Amino acid sequence: MDILKEIAESLERGEDDRVAGLVRQALEERCAPLDILNRGLIAGMDVVGEQFRKREIFLPDVLIAARGMNAGLDLLKPLLAQEGVPSSGRIVLGSVRGDLHDIGKNLVAIMLKGAGFDVLDLGTDVPAQRFVDAAQEHGATVIGLSALLTTTMPVMKEVVDLVRARGLTGRVKVIVGGAPVSEVWAREIGADAHGYDAANAVERVRALVAAGA
Amino acid sequence: MRQRFAWTAAESLPLRAEVLRLQGVPVEADLSPRIGALLEAALAAYLETAQPRAVFGGISREEFRSVYRGEGRNAPETPLETVLAGAEQLALFVATVGGVVTTRIRGLFGRNEPALGAMLDSVASAAADRLTVLLGARSLGTEGAAGANGTRVLAYSPGYCGWHVSGQRALFASLEPGEIGVSLNSSCLMEPLKSVSGVLVAGPAGIHSFAPAYPFCPECRDKPCRARIASLSQS
Repeated sequence: MDILKEIAESLERGEDDRVAGLVRQALEERCAPLDILNRGLIAGMDVVGEQFRKREIFLPDVLIAARGMNAGLDLLKPLLAQEGVPSSGRIVLGSVRGDLHDIGKNLVAIMLKGAGFDVLDLGTDVPAQRFVDAAQEHGATVIGLSALLTTTMPVMKEVVDLVRARGLTGRVKVIVGGAPVSEVWAREIGADAHGYDAANAVERVRALVAAGA
Repeated sequence: MRQRFAWTAAESLPLRAEVLRLQGVPVEADLSPRIGALLEAALAAYLETAQPRAVFGGISREEFRSVYRGEGRNAPETPLETVLAGAEQLALFVATVGGVVTTRIRGLFGRNEPALGAMLDSVASAAADRLTVLLGARSLGTEGAAGANGTRVLAYSPGYCGWHVSGQRALFASLEPGEIGVSLNSSCLMEPLKSVSGVLVAGPAGIHSFAPAYPFCPECRDKPCRARIASLSQS
């Protein structure tokens, strides 16, 4: 079987322990790192994401696959960097100031990485200015904000306002998410998108990037 | 009377079905061996790391109304106001499974073990909720959640059902749960994260039932009130 197909299918089957070995084998067989990424790892994770959206598999299955994806990605990253291969897009992500919850944000980060995005995770309790500074410094086109408390949601508006104040509107887009956050809230504060769960957040980020964020 | 409780990690271990529900795995789903193994590993990690404890103090209805008003940011109408009218006993509580489990969860994510990290997170969340059931049983002086004459205890928490999360400040000021290692940050977030707080309301089962028809209900995605109300019909 084509080694790239085998990588993709290993991810789909949740054989996370095999993925890094298969990536190594593909490199030894002189497959291009970008092909391994796109036709192996991302192709496999796309199928996993689709199965998750259709509720054929569940969150733990996705995370088991993500473990394999990350192990493979660790091997490819330095090679991709050497070849100057751009990622699908660079995203700055974090839980807003005052919020220490990180599981939801971590899941989004994992799934974005699985979709080929370069994710800069700022962690938790992140002030508005730091999000925007990091986006500018690292050339990110999307800022992802997570909040699990109604008391911390106003920080999301601070970020949106700061993006506007620095003249970055259109170049840097903001997506918001978290249990109390809604589409209505996203519109109210002028955010560009709302992700209602980790899989949806990936779809929305893809759309933002495709739209020229 | 103010009391402090501690349990063993095993006593607070949640039902497997509840953990899987939090992971989005339906009850009727065939559990794959991999997910089954993950669940067992997460339960084992919880048993190693959890330090469940709580502080609990009875409060009169009038005193509680003052705590409940908090900073005046509650929804104009809330189910708890109606529930209170039929309450026989009230007690404020703060409970936690401790901070070590959160450290373990973060470590698992850092070591590229997201599936186990997320599963342990769900175990700890379900366990923290289970502490309210254990507290309810203790407050009734029974082993189960139902007392004599059909009295039932349910917990209501700031941040849910129209009780604004800023109400945590008044609750913490009244109960002072520092002795069990739980504190509140400026956003009203409890640390350690896997902690729960609120008021335990004891009364006839019927007082706890309400329809999810309040103006804030459409924005509540999970509607945890439904499962709690459904639990009243179980013995």
